[in-house]
Amino acid sequence: MEKTPDKISSSSEKNEVLNLKETELRLGLPGSEFLDKKATGFSLFGKDLKDENNKNIFSGAKRVFSDAIDGSNKWGLCTNRGSEVDLGKNDVLFSPRGANGGVKNTNILQSSHPAKEVPPQPVEGKKDENGSTASKAQVVGWPPIRSLHKNRLTTNLSRNNDVKGKSESSCLYVKVSMDGAPYLRKVDLKTYCSYAELSSALEKMFSCFTIGQYASHGLRGKEDLNECHLMDLLDRSEYVLTYEDKDGDWMLVGDVPWEMFTDMCKRLRIMKGSEASGLAPRVIEKCKSQN
Amino acid sequence: MAYSFPEEVLEYVFAFLSSHKDRNAVSLVCKSWYEIERWCRRRIFIGNCYAVSPQIVIRRFPEVRAVKIKGKPHFADFNLVPEGWGAYVYPWISAMVRSYPWLEEIKLKRMVVTDESLELLSKSFKNFKVLVLSSCEGFTTDGLASIAANCRNLRELDLRECEVEDLSGHWLSHFPDNFTSLVSLNMSCLGSEVSFSALERLVSRCPNLRTLRLNRAVPVEKLPNLLRRAPQLVEFGTGAYSAENQTDIFSNLVEAFSGCKHLKSLSGFWDVDPAYLPAMYYACTGITSLNLSNATVQSPDLVELIIQCPNLKCLWVLDYIEDAGLKALPSYCKDLQELRVFPSDPYGAEPNVSLTEQGLVTVSAGCPKLQSVLYFCRQMSNAALITIARNRPNLIRFRLCIIDPQAPDYLTLEPLDTGFGAIVEHCKELLRLSMSGLLTDRVFEYIGTHAKKLEMLSIAFAGDSDLGLHNVLSGCESLRKLEIMDCPFGDKALLANAAKLETMRSLWMSSCSVRRCPSSNVEVMDERGHPDSRPETCPVEKLYIYRTVAGPRVDKPNFVWTMDEDAVLRLS
Repeated sequence: MEKTPDKISSSSEKNEVLNLKETELRLGLPGSEFLDKKATGFSLFGKDLKDENNKNIFSGAKRVFSDAIDGSNKWGLCTNRGSEVDLGKNDVLFSPRGANGGVKNTNILQSSHPAKEVPPQPVEGKKDENGSTASKAQVVGWPPIRSLHKNRLTTNLSRNNDVKGKSESSCLYVKVSMDGAPYLRKVDLKTYCSYAELSSALEKMFSCFTIGQYASHGLRGKEDLNECHLMDLLDRSEYVLTYEDKDGDWMLVGDVPWEMFTDMCKRLRIMKGSEASGLAPRVIEKCKSQN
Repeated sequence: MAYSFPEEVLEYVFAFLSSHKDRNAVSLVCKSWYEIERWCRRRIFIGNCYAVSPQIVIRRFPEVRAVKIKGKPHFADFNLVPEGWGAYVYPWISAMVRSYPWLEEIKLKRMVVTDESLELLSKSFKNFKVLVLSSCEGFTTDGLASIAANCRNLRELDLRECEVEDLSGHWLSHFPDNFTSLVSLNMSCLGSEVSFSALERLVSRCPNLRTLRLNRAVPVEKLPNLLRRAPQLVEFGTGAYSAENQTDIFSNLVEAFSGCKHLKSLSGFWDVDPAYLPAMYYACTGITSLNLSNATVQSPDLVELIIQCPNLKCLWVLDYIEDAGLKALPSYCKDLQELRVFPSDPYGAEPNVSLTEQGLVTVSAGCPKLQSVLYFCRQMSNAALITIARNRPNLIRFRLCIIDPQAPDYLTLEPLDTGFGAIVEHCKELLRLSMSGLLTDRVFEYIGTHAKKLEMLSIAFAGDSDLGLHNVLSGCESLRKLEIMDCPFGDKALLANAAKLETMRSLWMSSCSVRRCPSSNVEVMDERGHPDSRPETCPVEKLYIYRTVAGPRVDKPNFVWTMDEDAVLRLS
């Protein structure tokens, strides 16, 4: 069951319990302890006076940006606290925010999402919840490798890890429609490596269509965002993500492994839950039971 | 004092001088040599596009046919220079269009090139022949289409590791049917598929084609068609080097490669299926340069290929080769001059391959001509570095990157000062050095004392105090480029060596402790705001100091400040 600590009602004790200090959205990069000393901490690259005696300037006080990297999946940023959304098991289609889908390896502020989101956990050499050893928090510019080279390795690595459905083409654009939206969008499935990334990207893309409803309903002070996604809460109606496969059938997103999905998906449709009966009965039931 | 050499004779003699240094020296002899030389200089090299303005160059050298310009500092390769910093080529091109109508060659490195620039150049220079763009960005495949369509005499189109916005592969089809002058085409950094039939026809009708570097999108089954049409190829880069199991692909490849009797350089090798590597063996006897930096295959397969190349001079490979693979080099590739080993998993916390300092030690011991090294590894020792230095005093370039910043000697846990000290002490001709690992001020003492020929030095996470930087600036007589990241160097060394800075092309310092800047012509990059707007104790983010006769930049973005707005023009 997905749980995202609700940042709206976050209290500092909650932060401590979940050790979210590092992931608290602040101006500045996680891991930069000097931020505490500044009144306004908008400081992307700079660092304060370094402790001259401290030779090991790498020990977490450096400006860093985090990439939660697990072995096979370079850009596979974990959703909250390291666990990937397992869409096979539950019917979550839009994850509660946690992942910055496909954020590029640039030294900018982590792409911010509205205040309640939790940026990915910076990993500093400790094992993440998946049990795999995460890599060290990175310093910009180190190791001195060109981005082109990095990108080549990324795709090579994932290919070498028995990724199925290797495609010859370099991008895979599919149309995405959302019921009630005036126009469609296109996404390149190749830029995502997991359902979590895709769903968060779609959320970003289509959130403008729910903002009006957002404003009118106001924020909900729920303690837990369960697996019903953000739009659900706001709108009181389900959205279900479906796709058309090679045979022309409309399928529920999330049943098959990601690579198989990208092979089979021809277009996506964000369906209103009321129309989705027969596709995702459990989702509807679950949300109904909350309301 | 009159002397009797007519100008024409001097011009004729000067024509034999190809090196820029020699040409510059000649121009300083006397005024008339300066005048003669400047009228007959055909090739110019501008190491920093902001060191001089197009107008000054054109005024001095009116008859130029070839320009080479470098833009952003080297650390831009590692994302340390923010977007929008500069290095735009357009002002250069538009100035040259007016003054150099017969320009033939443009070579650019780390510059921002727009489609507009490419279109302008393609339409303005009637005799344009050579375009080499290294690590450039800012253009799309539409710009390439203009080049293809309009440059009727084009010989070389070489895109090395550029970031191109790839709108489609259609650009290649813009080469006219009567275009036959192509000698070199490198499209390896592009993503989309070009029309294969257009490519085949292009290759067929260009009899002088020597270099063809394909992009990843060209599948391996198409290679035989191309190779058969261009058996005269000297340099070849494959696309993706694997396919679904089709047995005749292999035999076709063998046949095609064996027809290429002149191949000297191979590259490409994305998505390698090791089963296809042996197809190249017949072409390997002449190979001098092998770039396997995309080849994610294991050591035994790499070694099998490498040992087919007894004349190998230059090897670029991933660390999948491991120490075991490197051991093969002294026996099979005795002529090796350059070795680059890149990391396959630089961000992993644990090593994924068995590549250590031993690999490099072995190669240094057994390859007597080794002079250029770039090596990524995870452990190093002073003992190994000393051994390498003693084995190979002929090293010219030594770049060592130990992945973990400030990693000490893994055997003794001491800093690697003595190891690098040995390198600079023994390798008296060393031109370029990049260091890593745990390093104190002591290593800079050694460098200042011994590295007299050193021209470029790259340092990260090293040193204890300003004394380190001072030793380098005061001791390294030949230093031209210095780049420093994350070192505790501050103002003192810079202020004490301000004069030295004028003899250098550039100095880059990021994440150091510099607060005040020593002289004019200093750029400070700081996205937090003007340096003066912050407390005096707060160091600047990035400092880029370079000598210039062009005065302060007119194209600065809002995060760059030139520290002295009334920069005095100084002659270099």
